[in-house]
Amino acid sequence: MGNLKVQLGELTLSNPVMTASGTFGYGEEYADFVDINTLGGIVVKGTTLHAREGNAYPRMAETAKGMLNAVGLQNKGVDGFINEIYPRIKNFKTNILVNVSGSTVEEYIETAEKINELDAIPGIELNISCPNVKEGGMAFGTSCPSAIAVANAVRRVYKKHLMVKLSPNVTDITEIAKGVEGAGADSVSLINTLLGMAIDVNSRKPVLSTITGGLSGPCIKPVALRMVWQVAQAVNVPVVGMGGIASTEDAIEFLLAGASAIQIGTANFIDPTITIKVINGIREYLEINQMDDVKQLTGALITR
Amino acid sequence: MKHITDFTVVTNQRETDEFVVLTLQHPGELPSMVPGQFAEVRVDGAENAFLRRPLSIHDVDYSNNTIKLLIQEVGEGTRVLAKLKSGDQLNLVYPLGTGYTLPKSNRVLLVGGGCGVAPLLFLGRHFVENGIRPKFLIGGRTAATLIRLDAYEQLGDVYVTTEDGSAGHKGFVIHHPIMKTETPEFDHIYTCGPDAMMKVLAKYAGSRGITCQVSLENHMACGFGACLCCVTPTVDGHKCTCVDGPVFDSKYLKWEI
Ligand SMILES: Cc1cc2nc3c(=O)[nH]c(=O)nc-3n(C[C@H](O)[C@H](O)[C@H](O)COP(=O)(O)OP(=O)(O)OC[C@H]3O[C@@H](n4cnc5c(N)ncnc54)[C@H](O)[C@@H]3O)c2cc1C
Ligand SMILES: Cc1cc2nc3c(=O)[nH]c(=O)nc-3n(C[C@H](O)[C@H](O)[C@H](O)COP(=O)(O)O)c2cc1C
Ligand code: FES
Repeated sequence: MGNLKVQLGELTLSNPVMTASGTFGYGEEYADFVDINTLGGIVVKGTTLHAREGNAYPRMAETAKGMLNAVGLQNKGVDGFINEIYPRIKNFKTNILVNVSGSTVEEYIETAEKINELDAIPGIELNISCPNVKEGGMAFGTSCPSAIAVANAVRRVYKKHLMVKLSPNVTDITEIAKGVEGAGADSVSLINTLLGMAIDVNSRKPVLSTITGGLSGPCIKPVALRMVWQVAQAVNVPVVGMGGIASTEDAIEFLLAGASAIQIGTANFIDPTITIKVINGIREYLEINQMDDVKQLTGALITR
Repeated sequence: MKHITDFTVVTNQRETDEFVVLTLQHPGELPSMVPGQFAEVRVDGAENAFLRRPLSIHDVDYSNNTIKLLIQEVGEGTRVLAKLKSGDQLNLVYPLGTGYTLPKSNRVLLVGGGCGVAPLLFLGRHFVENGIRPKFLIGGRTAATLIRLDAYEQLGDVYVTTEDGSAGHKGFVIHHPIMKTETPEFDHIYTCGPDAMMKVLAKYAGSRGITCQVSLENHMACGFGACLCCVTPTVDGHKCTCVDGPVFDSKYLKWEI
């Protein structure tokens, strides 16, 4: 049987399938549907230094083969995570990464320092790409100097796996990827949502309370795949690919484009068991193609 | 515990131009459900219905492991569901959410408008099984929009209002004579329907020391607490209508009424 184990720097995943932040809660929400321990890893909801109420309702608009969201990082703050949520999930036998966000570099640092103390959390995903908060968030990830500054600052205080999540809302994503690699990122993940908008023609109002929001789901896959391919060629650290993955074939496309692992987001809402199906599907693909290691797929795109 | 299950359509009964009732067969023993809970239904074969559609559990028959969904056709997703035929498969994630809670007194009024009548049949049956005879107050635009009155009549007294007066009392539910008496004949209101209707009822209940449980229909992406898209403001901040609701005590909500 083919080997599904992959390495992201020091981090070992039992298989390349992870879940995307903000779409998988804290894992518990899916415990009735899938055995969380069989996943390569889960990335929990965006966490900030202080608790946040998030944006006003409506926060969601369905679009063609996708959805817009404007949740705005609603979370209990890092202390709420540590005191209320962490004790409930720390015994999951999978890699639990915390998605860390902030409005200032200091907030990122303080949050990362606190999470560094948690034994059962082997890494963080630094979110410098959230389009749904007024200050900070995406602002850090769309300018090269600020992306480097925040990655640098967090690298100094955070000792475990540092994954940096990139924004697609930029002119050249490879510049930012190279920048955060230079700042000490152990891996990069992409893409976060694409900035979008929807209008209700009957009321002539925007559907979302924030007017604009983040687009996710199958409709963004071609853009995500292109960016993963570009970034994989530009950096040496492992690349974690996501954006619209809803089937085994989608996942394999990202691996071929250069991803070492993938994350599944929005597709979990339609099929809460999709992660397990993709893990099994990758195993079958290896068998059918007589490959003995999933790592052989990473970057195995044939271009001529 | 939440389940993800393929049900088989037993019957698709057309009630009016807008409404159908699907009876769905579960492959084994049904898990127990609470009135007010809902299912997230996958819509196969709809171009533009990408997400699942939340629908209330309309009725449950544990003796033959069937459930019913009452569906109002409002867009592509519900139109596709309304075309299902007997023998078709339908994938449900269920039972979801926090339903209605049983009252402390037996004097209950169940008020529904539009597709909001859906959860009240299961709720009414639940009351009857617990020795409580419910009163129903059902509002519609016209006589033709009132659905399955006979089913509710088997469980309790049914009062009706229509906006054009073509059936029952003319006006909105709040205008019905049973709402006008000095001392109401009920201590608890259970309601599901348009927000405007529920807000009027919450205000009515609040000023008379009556409790009022309302069921919200916020737009949802997941239906089980993973995305935080469906929140409503409460006295404790934003809460998910899919997990902490859809049923809330109206006093818990931050409603401008
Ligand atoms: C907990 C819950 C229980 C529900 N129970 C029932 C039920 O038992 N029977 C029933 O017929 N409907 C019920 N609904 C409403 C139902 O989910 C929507 O009507 C349906 O999702 C619309 O899908 P569509 O593709 O047909 O329409 P769309 O094309 O998606 O939308 C058509 C119109 O309906 C509106 N709409 C879409 N989703 C909702 C929603 N969630 N609530 C209110 N309006 C919406 C849209 O704004 C639009 O104006 C319930 C909703 C919730 C949240
Ligand atoms: C409802 C929702 C909430 C999200 N919240 C976060 C978040 O808190 N932090 C983050 O980095 N990304 C967040 N994302 C982005 C996803 O993690 C992912 O990058 C994006 O949705 C693309 O993948 P997908 O198409 O598979 O969903 C969110 C996405 C959705 C749909
Ligand atoms: S719909 Fe996803 S949290 Fe309620």
